[in-house]
Amino acid sequence: MPNENYSAEHLAYLRSLRLKALLVRGTQLLLLVGIFVLWEVAASRGWINAFISSQPTRIWAAVVRLAKEGELWRHLGWTVYETVLGFSIGTAVGIAVAILLWWSAFFSKVMDPYIVVLNSVPKVALGPIFVVWLGTTITAVVAMAIAVSIIVAIMMMHTGFKEVDPNLIKLVRTFGGTKGQVLRKVIIPASVPTMIAALKVNVGLSLVGTIVGEFLASKAGLGYLIIYGGQVFNMSLVMASVLMLLVVSVILYYAVTLLEQRVMRGRA
Amino acid sequence: MARVKLENVGLTYHTEAGEVTALRDVNLTVQDQEFVAIVGQSGCGKSTLLSLVSGLLKPTQGLVKIDGVTVQGTSKRVGYMLQQDYLFEWRTILDNALLGLEIGREKTQERVEEVKEMLKAYGLGGFEHYYPSQLSGGMRQRVALIRTLATKPDILLLDEPFSALDYQNRLSVGEEVVKILRERKKTVLMVTHDIPEAVSMANRVVVMTPRPGTIRSIHSIKMCDEGLTPLQTREVPEFRQYFGAIWKELNADAK
Ligand SMILES: Nc1ncnc2c1ncn2[C@@H]1O[C@H](COP(=O)(O)OP(=O)(O)O)[C@@H](O)[C@H]1O
Ligand SMILES: [Mg+2]
Repeated sequence: MPNENYSAEHLAYLRSLRLKALLVRGTQLLLLVGIFVLWEVAASRGWINAFISSQPTRIWAAVVRLAKEGELWRHLGWTVYETVLGFSIGTAVGIAVAILLWWSAFFSKVMDPYIVVLNSVPKVALGPIFVVWLGTTITAVVAMAIAVSIIVAIMMMHTGFKEVDPNLIKLVRTFGGTKGQVLRKVIIPASVPTMIAALKVNVGLSLVGTIVGEFLASKAGLGYLIIYGGQVFNMSLVMASVLMLLVVSVILYYAVTLLEQRVMRGRA
Repeated sequence: MARVKLENVGLTYHTEAGEVTALRDVNLTVQDQEFVAIVGQSGCGKSTLLSLVSGLLKPTQGLVKIDGVTVQGTSKRVGYMLQQDYLFEWRTILDNALLGLEIGREKTQERVEEVKEMLKAYGLGGFEHYYPSQLSGGMRQRVALIRTLATKPDILLLDEPFSALDYQNRLSVGEEVVKILRERKKTVLMVTHDIPEAVSMANRVVVMTPRPGTIRSIHSIKMCDEGLTPLQTREVPEFRQYFGAIWKELNADAK
């Protein structure tokens, strides 16, 4: 907020802060542009093999071609759809399981070693199993996305639930509150920041799961496109897909950040 | 008329680390509209005693009775104010004050209006839609009191209610709270480790021994009976005598 009452010194200080921030942004942008320019020059001068490394102009041409054929939106759409589906189901089921673990100390103790082990298993190793069980279908891809994200969701949420100040629970109990009321009035609302943190982690993990799923069991999506491009030695197609993947992950992360700003409004 | 009665009450906590007898042989009667303060060293079982009266804990020995009926669990008749305000940061002031009514499923339009009136009467009008983080410590404590009063308990349990406030606020908030509780004719059981606070507010001060806590002595304070406010009580000459006597007893146990 600009304030006319600030002293000249303070205004100068604020200006220097803005300048520094601008400098950081500028350098970041320059670095990005620099990398692409260097890549382009190196490929066209033959310093590196453009067949293997591709080059920015060819990548752009690949993107434009895909867009003209209408393929771009189809593949992007599939990947986003599968990721959002896996992410939503994984998060919802994760929260539900975390609630059960919170509700029953017995259940939580029984499940503890299983969760620890499942967490340390590289979930992508389960990919072929899903393909055999579910076929090369969207279900297998979504199952992969869920598998990668759900355990972390459960663990983060359960830890969050357990860390809620026990005095807040005691307060509800002094009013004669039941366990269900403790859950609804304290545990869930107090864990909203944890939930947001879990969402941020999960959106990335779900994307990992989706891409691996598409590698194994799909005829569409960016993961499929990457594998296909690799098989026909079309590196420009592979690179173009990877770049689009970057864009997708940034957009999904940004969506969660928007949600965070809405939900956290008014909170300390 | 006796409102709260503890008969040979004892409580032992069992944990994996062992057992701790927090209270033993406690006998105490609190009369209607009386303000009883309990002082004792930390760990002597003061909070445990309040939890017993509130029904959150069951005594392992003896009986706790309210109006002659043995306490079986929490009751709408008893309001419990914890050591800190524990306002929910995600709720507005009004919604915080309505928490008890919500939990007891008594949040009618009429009760909401009453709570709004109370907020106004106690200097919180216009803050209804603020969040707790935007309020001062003293204001937050008043919200916590209104939250407790909203369910209309006639017995109030206060566990070191002013310990989170700085000295200046303690005096002024204490003054207001006593005024409010007297106006509303509440029966009060307050725990504190601050002797001047106890003497300035209470009709009687109960001194407890260290753990396992039991009652060492009970002091009747005449200023409260005479209707003096806490700040006025602090001014009378006898205040120092009460303070001295209670301080000596508390220190007799300290090694
Ligand atoms: N839930 C509990 N489990 C085991 N021991 C407890 C528990 N609550 C309190 N105690 C023990 O009982 C004693 C009395 O505690 P408390 O009533 O909180 O004392 P005070 O309020 O006077 O400081 C302390 O020694 C404390 O460690
Ligand atoms: Mg205590």
